[in-house]
Amino acid sequence: MNGAQDLGGMMGFGTVLPERNEPAFHGEWEKRALAVTLAAGALGQWNIDMSRFARESLHPAFYLSHSYYEIWIAALEKLLAARGLVGADEIEAGRPLRAAPPTKSPLTAEAVEPAMLRGTPYDRPAPAPALYAVGETVRTRVMHPQTHTRLPRYARGKIGVVEAVRGCFVFPDSHALGKGEDPHWCYTLRFEGRELWGPEADPTLSVSIDAWEPYLERL
Amino acid sequence: MSGDHHAHGHDHDHGHDHHHDHGHDHSELSETALRVRALETILVEKGLIDPAALDVIVDLYETKIGPRNGARIVARAWSDPAFHARLMRDATAAIAEFGYSGRQGEHMVAVENTARRHNMVVCTLCSCYPWPVLGLPPVWYKSAAYRSRAVIDPRGVLADFGVKLPAETEIRVWDSTAETRYLVIPARPEGTEGWSEERLADLVTRDSMIGTGLARDPSEAAA
Repeated sequence: MNGAQDLGGMMGFGTVLPERNEPAFHGEWEKRALAVTLAAGALGQWNIDMSRFARESLHPAFYLSHSYYEIWIAALEKLLAARGLVGADEIEAGRPLRAAPPTKSPLTAEAVEPAMLRGTPYDRPAPAPALYAVGETVRTRVMHPQTHTRLPRYARGKIGVVEAVRGCFVFPDSHALGKGEDPHWCYTLRFEGRELWGPEADPTLSVSIDAWEPYLERL
Repeated sequence: MSGDHHAHGHDHDHGHDHHHDHGHDHSELSETALRVRALETILVEKGLIDPAALDVIVDLYETKIGPRNGARIVARAWSDPAFHARLMRDATAAIAEFGYSGRQGEHMVAVENTARRHNMVVCTLCSCYPWPVLGLPPVWYKSAAYRSRAVIDPRGVLADFGVKLPAETEIRVWDSTAETRYLVIPARPEGTEGWSEERLADLVTRDSMIGTGLARDPSEAAA
């Protein structure tokens, strides 16, 4: 969706402000925000693409005016409410008002490190051969889905070269909607800066995205 | 002005005495802190999360998984041509030789900075970042300022970090739009011949592995 998360090429946010010796967390609440988000995710009630969709469908004014952990928590509240696990009324009350429906058992302390080291690989066996090869020139589609996609606006309808075939991966556009993993080939596409930003662009610039096959069309 | 990511919400006055203990200067955060606490309490009381697991997660990302991991990888790549070749061919497997793997690093790719070409990594759509080798992303990496400008004005962003590259150096920006995560291998500084991997790793900054910085000069490291 064309939400506030799709920031590439926007202007007006000012300079980047690195923080010297930045700590891993700014305050106790950020630690809890990260841990609660990961532990709740381990309940298996949603997948990573549903999480991303929940974040990017926050109101743009909210998204752009809150820190990243605040965005995470707001999205987590939405996901928990939508699954009937925690209601907005319970968060207001600060205590449970009803029992939660059954889920997987919660992540235990012993299971944390193995789970993090294992991660969740997203590559899948290929249902069909890849349509495009390294070196091939392709165009990204012009599309504006109201739902989750990983094709950024600045790279839609642009001509690029396939630089790598990464493999066959879970397709976020389907996965975010609960329509299964729907694996598709994923490619690294390289665009010249001028293709993306016009003749004034830095001539030394090129930008790549990783794009699934349904985002692409032959020239 | 404070950081861009925090440059909002100061005009909200919640009418409470929200002075809290983290040194932040605005009430929005304590509002969120209370919400996070409420959420945690409810999830624990409903049996959906185990508080002991939360402590382990925090400890893992606060003390064990961070950019020191990535620095070791880079130092090995600088020192060992066979490892370098494996890293460039299959970074996930080469990184796993160190025991680094998993969440947000399931599909790794290494890209190398040279005198001719400079690589820089961003996630314009969210905050995708190679956790197993760099830890959690810094606030600036998740900020609108970085995510918006990295793809259209990378030299401007580099200037924000005090980095100026020759005009003819190619700039290659990698937008992490899928599950591939990129690790930049910075150029090895001159004057480090014969250095041990441990000494070399001290030259490898987090930012140099994102591409917003360069490896430290050996004279700096000596200090």
